[in-house]
Amino acid sequence: MEEQYTYAVARIRAKELTLLNKQDMEQLLAAKDYDEAVRGLSDKGFGDGEVFENTEELLSYESRKTWNLIGELVKDMSVFDVFLYSNDYHNLKAAVKAVVTDVKPDKLFIKNGTVSPEIILKAVKERDYGILPEHMRETAQEAVSILLKTRDGQECDVLIDNAALRAIREAGRKSGNKMIDKYSELTVALTDIKIAVRSCKVKKALSFIKRAVAPCDTLDIESLAAAASKSPEDLYEYLMLTPYSDAVEEIKASMSAFEKWCDNRIMAHIKEQKQNPFTIGPLAAFILARENEIKAVRIILSGKQNSLKDSSVRERLRDLYV
Amino acid sequence: MNGFDWNSLGIVFALAGAAAAALLAGIGSAIGVGMTGEAAAGVVTEDPQAFGKVLIMQLLPGTQGIYGLLIAFITLTKIGILGDAVSLSLEQGLLYFAACLPMAFVGLWSAKCQARAAVAGISLIAKRQDQMGKAMIFAAMVETYAILALLISILSIMGIK
Repeated sequence: MEEQYTYAVARIRAKELTLLNKQDMEQLLAAKDYDEAVRGLSDKGFGDGEVFENTEELLSYESRKTWNLIGELVKDMSVFDVFLYSNDYHNLKAAVKAVVTDVKPDKLFIKNGTVSPEIILKAVKERDYGILPEHMRETAQEAVSILLKTRDGQECDVLIDNAALRAIREAGRKSGNKMIDKYSELTVALTDIKIAVRSCKVKKALSFIKRAVAPCDTLDIESLAAAASKSPEDLYEYLMLTPYSDAVEEIKASMSAFEKWCDNRIMAHIKEQKQNPFTIGPLAAFILARENEIKAVRIILSGKQNSLKDSSVRERLRDLYV
Repeated sequence: MNGFDWNSLGIVFALAGAAAAALLAGIGSAIGVGMTGEAAAGVVTEDPQAFGKVLIMQLLPGTQGIYGLLIAFITLTKIGILGDAVSLSLEQGLLYFAACLPMAFVGLWSAKCQARAAVAGISLIAKRQDQMGKAMIFAAMVETYAILALLISILSIMGIK
């Protein structure tokens, strides 16, 4: 039987009341300016009364707060690696490029990962890949050698992004939780579709697309890559045969509409956890709900900072968990 | 086993029945109250005001243990372990044993199932405290089957001559 998290889930249920809902988002949107929006957030508990220099500091404080809470509730945090691998591989990209081009990478690193950015940087600098997690070693070594040989940043990115997707899918399978497993499947499949759509638009070669997409259960990546290398119509035709047929209309509308659809699709999947009172699923769903909320707040605040129209900010907002 | 008095086993079976009723229903309730207690503590950590409401939910799976105790008590009285000594035949002993089984097994299983419903109800209370009545009803529905088992066990025990 899957491990039970009765205490943790009940606590998270009470915590879910603090998540921002649609009405709260509308209130933020209705704020006159950036300062009023920040004050509104503060009233909702953002920042716990502390003063932050900028939006990013406030939002990363909120993200840390979520992870600290989950850390209190779950002994083995490795089950959530699936959410953090993208940060690890982002840091690997930053480290490889920084070392090869000899620049300081500090500002490029994302702090919240399974491996500290300093270790990744040390591994790449000293070519001591053994200190990295097993799934990153080969990729790190190969990325350094590709960038040194070719100086082609895109090739390096493709290699690392592909390894990140494979690691995410593998971590999802190993988690032993259906929700996390399906989340990893959706993440990989939707990213594959994004890669295919973008590659199709800029007419990338089949060999490039094949290197970029990662295997998943709900897509035949050979067919996806072949269709994307031919024409948008071939790609749409292939997608219509998959569980992601709804995506076609969104892709035709615009890339941002499609990306919003992808995020909403993942949100629809995690919303199922509202009916689950026992397993780790609701905790994972809470992490994603908070990340989604932080993303929405970032969109609203940057809209306020840049004096964008409320309507154009609103159309970028994703579905919320509550 | 020439000369063995099989009727001497009557009291053993009857006592085993009483013990099973108290034991299994008690185990079910202990598991259930423990499980709901965990959920209740989770909610109270975030919202201490909810204590009274979640405490009621925690108590719901505890009733099966009380029913098991009641059946055990009646059986012990009827078979003479409590009160005046009574001589029991093997047949009577087996009948008492069988009469205790509904409460033993339904008590164990219904307490666990009721706990799951109560935990889900506690999650509901955590988000909407005004819905406590509904949360209680969902969990209390499971009680019906524990009460039916209690009734059958009592009627059976009382009917044994």
